Amino acid sequence: MLHFLGLLFDGLAYGTLLFLISVGLSVTLGLMGFINLAHGVFAMLGGYLLVLLMGRFGIGFLAALPIIFVLVALVSLVLERTLYRPLYKSTHLDQVLLTVGIIFVAVAGATYFWGPGQQPINIPGWMNGQLAVGGLELSRYRLFLMALGAAITLGLVFGLERTRFGAKVRASVERPRTAEAMGIPVERVFQITFALGSGLAGLGGALGVEVLGLDPNFPLKYLVYFLLIVVVGGPGSIIGTLSAALLLGVADTAGKYYIPQTGAFLIYVMMIVLLLMFPHGLLGRRKSI
Amino acid sequence: MNARGRTDPKPHYLLALAAQERWSRYEIAFWLALIAVYFLFPDNLMLAAQILITGLFAVSLDLILGYAGIVTLGHAAFFGLGAYTAGLLTTVGYTEPVLGLLAAGAVAGAFGYLTSFLVLRGRDMSRLMITLGLGLLLHELANEATNLTGGVDGLQGMVAGRVLGLFDFDLYGKTAYFYVLTVCFLIFAVVRALMTAPYGLSLRSIRENPQRAVAIGIPIRARLTNIYTFAAVIAGISGALLTQTTQFVALDVFSFERSADLLIILLVGGTATLYGGFIGAAVFLLAQNWLSTLNAQYWLFWLGILLIVTTRYMRSGVLGGLKNLSHLATRRRHGSRA
Repeated sequence: MLHFLGLLFDGLAYGTLLFLISVGLSVTLGLMGFINLAHGVFAMLGGYLLVLLMGRFGIGFLAALPIIFVLVALVSLVLERTLYRPLYKSTHLDQVLLTVGIIFVAVAGATYFWGPGQQPINIPGWMNGQLAVGGLELSRYRLFLMALGAAITLGLVFGLERTRFGAKVRASVERPRTAEAMGIPVERVFQITFALGSGLAGLGGALGVEVLGLDPNFPLKYLVYFLLIVVVGGPGSIIGTLSAALLLGVADTAGKYYIPQTGAFLIYVMMIVLLLMFPHGLLGRRKSI
Repeated sequence: MNARGRTDPKPHYLLALAAQERWSRYEIAFWLALIAVYFLFPDNLMLAAQILITGLFAVSLDLILGYAGIVTLGHAAFFGLGAYTAGLLTTVGYTEPVLGLLAAGAVAGAFGYLTSFLVLRGRDMSRLMITLGLGLLLHELANEATNLTGGVDGLQGMVAGRVLGLFDFDLYGKTAYFYVLTVCFLIFAVVRALMTAPYGLSLRSIRENPQRAVAIGIPIRARLTNIYTFAAVIAGISGALLTQTTQFVALDVFSFERSADLLIILLVGGTATLYGGFIGAAVFLLAQNWLSTLNAQYWLFWLGILLIVTTRYMRSGVLGGLKNLSHLATRRRHGSRA
């Protein structure tokens, strides 16, 4: 039982990371119906920025995180302007090809600058090691992850449900045309949410170096996870994305522990089964893509 | 055809369809040129055979993507199934290549038929994800089942048989090239006949406007299942061709990159053009051959750039671009006359 709880804890921490990275994609897909396979690139960028900021510039771990958030958001804004925007009205195939192209360029670029290997980072000493809680040895870093994840989720839900901007986002997701007609600048709303979502992905990527690892193949390796979470969670829904991410995190951790010989097999089977069972997402949104 | 008399001309759309059905001289020249390759580039026959195989694989993608409009990110699944089927068959004693092709087509086709129900259920996004998932699933399966597939090391113990018991594969790829060329031509002829027939037109109308296609009585679901299976068969056969000509099966026949590369090839060549697959494969493999000798990472970089540029500026591919150019030329000629 204790052992299972430990596994659950690891799975939830893993799920939190996946949530941070995927929530931006969920908004992109829900708001514009844009299939962005390159979302993992922003997460990878966050990871490499962390390596760069801590290693080259000697900035502390905690201080680096907000810088990464802002930098990745800015980069994503530039990409949105130059590459994504012209294809909003294009076919899904075009969007897929464009974003696969972005992945390829990013993978080649990362290999060029940082080499093909894994990147190690040194997290601050107070986050290292375990914390004993009622007989369980919990990793301090994972506790920090979950606390941060919970705080960000609360912030997102509050922002979406209680602020004026959040209302605009919800309206734009629900009925883009009507929202436009009511005077909501849907494209501007989208631009800002895109940047915020990419920034969060960068943050997730930076936090994930310790857990998910970081190498140039990152955007391809975790592509299925991000897509799965978003589609199962229902595009544009924060709570749906969170539950899908946590579910996937726990299932993947448990699968790797109990039946390691299946490798990544389990996740792909899960993806197909979940998609067939919930074609409109776990929470059953009607919007289909 | 027309009850009112012989002199009454057919309507222009029927004439256009009839013109499409006829083999034009460019097409005949295309296939003759492929025979000429054998005599002109005797040192590069293996590469030429690879191009043809990839071209055939791209044609199979064209059937479902270009004609029927089904997006997929996992077409390599069928290619890999065909490749492993043909390879495994030789390890248990059935070494005749044509038999291997048939078996590969059957296995890939069966998998295509069964999965078509999963794939065709949803819309674009879920199709992309299911095909991606199925492709990765098979890749992982081949990776884990090491005693059957050899895993990362590739399939061991393959035996090369004679084609129809007559022709041995040689070191220079002479037999291989003619074998591949013959198979490609035969399959292409069938595909061409199908796509210029009402069957192909019905696929196009499904792609262009499903609602109206239903209204004029096209059984959409049956057609799509049908073409998906057929494309799977061809993809399986091209996988088997690769196995037989290279005498090796590597795990990367199932890789995501293969599916993605194929999309690029088809887009560079031009979708729904019949020949786009072959043209794209030639451009792609020649460029790869040239660039990857410089550095493998550069290749990936340029490939990405190519994709980004293609989606922005070259939507109709090389063949489409040529067509646009020729349209422009004729318009200019007509313009100068007026």
